[in-house]
Amino acid sequence: MAHPKGNAARPLSPHLSIWKWSPAMAVSILHRVSGNGLAVAGVAVLLWFVGAIASGPAAYETFAAVMGSPIGIIVLIGISWAFFNHLMSGIRHLVLDVGAGYEVDRNNRWSTISILLGILLTVLFWAVILFAK
Amino acid sequence: MGNGTRIGRVRGLGSSHQGAHHWLLQRFTAVGNLLLVLWLVFSLLAMPDYSYGTVYGWLSSPFAATAMVLLIVSTFWHARLGMQVMMEDYLHGANRFAVLLLLNLAFVALGVFGVVSVIRIALGGA
Repeated sequence: MAHPKGNAARPLSPHLSIWKWSPAMAVSILHRVSGNGLAVAGVAVLLWFVGAIASGPAAYETFAAVMGSPIGIIVLIGISWAFFNHLMSGIRHLVLDVGAGYEVDRNNRWSTISILLGILLTVLFWAVILFAK
Repeated sequence: MGNGTRIGRVRGLGSSHQGAHHWLLQRFTAVGNLLLVLWLVFSLLAMPDYSYGTVYGWLSSPFAATAMVLLIVSTFWHARLGMQVMMEDYLHGANRFAVLLLLNLAFVALGVFGVVSVIRIALGGA
């Protein structure tokens, strides 16, 4: 669009430098980060998992050795957090889709809760994997 | 070519009338993912160990193989839709078309690899 003329006094939108973090913004960008993280790392590890099982014991041993190494465990923890975070913020999205939860207080509260639940479920998942076997 | 009339400049460049379809598929596959990935999470939690024999025996059962094929279709479809939205936000111009084309081809190819792997396990090929 051309530059506006003759109406210079009209209010301008706030631009990229004028904002402060809110829970809704945090949950929104974490939803995108965790979703795209899953689409890359989650897809890669899942395909390596089923592809290695389909290829036989030797290929699976390689997969298991890499995933059982410290770096592998960090990657798996990251993928599991991305899943539980995306699951919780995704459920929040389905609730918002029906038109509920837009009041500022309630929206902020559930944004914060969905982030915390994602972390809590990740911790519980690994507690069972590492200590209850 | 001139700049055209005001209606001519926007005609054909607006909504392609695919938005609602994309949006709905994102929700349908989200519900599929919710059920299927939680099945995978509880399956992993229930396994006594992660040896080859254990995971092979688990994934070769008809129920687990069916659930895993559905999981791959649902999650890969959802991932493809979600990555497309992200790329549409950040990429512009001719590159966008090329990247979206590659994205779609890649997810179809990767998904077929996953499904073929699961079918091979389920039919005892490995």
